[in-house]
Amino acid sequence: MINLPRPGLGRLLVTPLLVAAGLAALYLYVSLTPARLGDAFVVNQRFILSRLVQHLQIVGISFALAAAIAVPLGVLLAQTGPALRAPVFLVANLGQAVPSIGILALGLTFFGIGTRGPILALVVYAVLPILRNTIVGLDGVDPGVVEAARGIGMTRLQTLFRVQLPLASPVLFAGLRVALVLVVGTATLANFIGGGGLGDLIAAGSVDRPHPLWVGAGIVSALALMLDWGLGLIERAVTPRT
Amino acid sequence: MITFEHVTKRYGDAVAVDDISLVIPSRETVMLVGPSGCGKTTTMKMINRLIEPTSGVIAIDGVDTRGRDVVELRRSIGYVIQQVGLFPHLTVAENVATVMRLEGWERARVRARVGELLELVGMPESEFGDRLPGELSGGQRQRVGVARALGVDPLMLLMDEPFGAIDPVTRERLQDELIALRRVVGKTIVFVTHDIDEAIKLGDRVALYTPDGRIAQYATPAELLGRPASPYVESFLGRGRLVRRLGLIRLGEVDLEPAGGARPEVTVEIGATLRDALDGVLRAAGGRVGVTDGERLAGVLDAEGIRRAASTPARGEGGG
Amino acid sequence: MSALRYIADNWDTLGPEALTQVRIVLIVVVLAAAAGIPLGVVGVRRERFGELSLAVASAILTIPSFALFVVLRQALLAFGDPPVIAGLALYALLPMIRNTRAGIRGVDAAVLEAARGMGMRPRQVLLRVELPLALPVIVGGLRQATVMVVAIATVGAVVGSNNLGQTILEGINSGNRDVILGGVIPVAVIGVTADLVLAAAQRLLDRGRAVAVVAA
Repeated sequence: MINLPRPGLGRLLVTPLLVAAGLAALYLYVSLTPARLGDAFVVNQRFILSRLVQHLQIVGISFALAAAIAVPLGVLLAQTGPALRAPVFLVANLGQAVPSIGILALGLTFFGIGTRGPILALVVYAVLPILRNTIVGLDGVDPGVVEAARGIGMTRLQTLFRVQLPLASPVLFAGLRVALVLVVGTATLANFIGGGGLGDLIAAGSVDRPHPLWVGAGIVSALALMLDWGLGLIERAVTPRT
Repeated sequence: MITFEHVTKRYGDAVAVDDISLVIPSRETVMLVGPSGCGKTTTMKMINRLIEPTSGVIAIDGVDTRGRDVVELRRSIGYVIQQVGLFPHLTVAENVATVMRLEGWERARVRARVGELLELVGMPESEFGDRLPGELSGGQRQRVGVARALGVDPLMLLMDEPFGAIDPVTRERLQDELIALRRVVGKTIVFVTHDIDEAIKLGDRVALYTPDGRIAQYATPAELLGRPASPYVESFLGRGRLVRRLGLIRLGEVDLEPAGGARPEVTVEIGATLRDALDGVLRAAGGRVGVTDGERLAGVLDAEGIRRAASTPARGEGGG
Repeated sequence: MSALRYIADNWDTLGPEALTQVRIVLIVVVLAAAAGIPLGVVGVRRERFGELSLAVASAILTIPSFALFVVLRQALLAFGDPPVIAGLALYALLPMIRNTRAGIRGVDAAVLEAARGMGMRPRQVLLRVELPLALPVIVGGLRQATVMVVAIATVGAVVGSNNLGQTILEGINSGNRDVILGGVIPVAVIGVTADLVLAAAQRLLDRGRAVAVVAA
């Protein structure tokens, strides 16, 4: 799994500006070039908004569920020996070899058409990088620091929340960001299993009808960049300066 | 011969090396010694232009180093550093061969030279040639580092605290090996250390730095111990400087009392040091030792004579 | 398992699709290495450029593959493999740049000083010392890139690439799980095999080198 590098302060300001500029350019392009027959059915505020909301629903629910499952599970597994961990890492590594569209397709066969299928499939998919990075991050915390925390009288929970998790947070957040990007990207494919989302917009376009395609791709890319940016902000806020 | 003329190195407002003038004679070992951050390493790195001086001139055999191609200059000077810096992906033999390869030597010549050098530093190629640096001890690595630096037989060797990270026992052995090696290869050596005892043991001359990048005294070890130029030098030398000086002065350089009367029961050779003589004086019942030059009794020495010799400059040491 | 029987029975279709997948991945990895390694090297020498290239490469990796492939199809006016190869090569830039950077930065400063001190030219330091020492880490980047690209290439089916994604799309249309697995399993097998092969290469290259640790 490819961890995204932690953005510098510069990028924190640059990303929103670039995204805004890109969206403005997209707006100009759509207003200045002639629309093809049928474009109006999809390139309109109502349709776009409904697909955006659907997309955010799929992303939000599946990412939140995945994080809620994987982080606590990772914390638990980090306390155990290698016997339990080896299979987790094995599955996590196998998981990244499974194509995202395949995961969605399998979700379809289990849960049928609708948003429930993609959400549950995405939870399974997104749990893996978060789980893996939570364990790796906690393992990487200097045992001396943990011992010192216990030594000055912190309880196990205090040690976890005040020492271990903050120190593990760069790696943990790297996992969360991988999962988020994975979820946003894969949710775009929900169109193929009737799950809705912004993929509908992209799929409504074609070489001869470029407007829906550019609008869909532009909005979903902007969404991905901004969500990743937002998570980066949270990471910045909770990670201790070292 | 390496000459420094009014060489200064500044980093912004900070002065690393302050107006140094220094002559390093050919085939001598000059030790640059001083506390951390005193500019001794900067001085050395300006010789092979890893650092360029802010002002002043550094010349090798009268030729300004700035006029020379920097790569050619560096290849003509062996370079040994504390962390050794062996290439971890190359074998011992490949490491030693590096500069020869850069210089485009033929394969057979490289092979012969590598074998010769590894033999010289006591790490026979048959045993060590194919090993990787990771499989060697610290002392062995530094031996390979020295062999690599000697690769294309440079006239000069720069050594930056080469034994600084090595345990005391091994360090002593490496120092003795360097003294022996020097007799064989006869290089000009500039050696940086923060260990004054190492400087006194290995140096023909010692340049002792002040903490702010100047040279407090530049002298032979015996002269340094006998006549420290300032309280700073004296404090840097530490305790027992005269006792340590005893080991550096040969009896041949000392004024002896004429031999008269009975031959003393304890004698020492004229090639021995004042330290050996003092040992004899302490053993002899009469408090006197005879100094022999072959069969001949050259003179006698007692405790007062040793004291005088230890605290005043020896012959040839310059009274100045 | 009926999915395995499906694979055996339909190897006539799946075989060529798998070959396409592998061919795409090989081309992509070569392209990404050819661009990413030099970019990583330059980024070590010029810090601002290095950070910029990393930021751009990670922003690219954020873009959903469906959107990227479709946009590239439109921009290149080409169907099938070309937009997929272009998109995947862009994705693979991040691990290549980052690992090249980390590998070179991980080279011991003392080794570099020794190299310069003995009179190596900058190019010789790069080619004889820095890149050979960084090689295991760079291969690590190649490995990450390969595994990622194998999986994402599947999405290329939606812009007309005849790879294993076609079988998955067919499975979606027919609602047949065995057909979907018939596409998914070979993809996973290719990915895991590539991972194992490159992991072995990494270990082989590791002899004696200082390994910079990179979060995988």
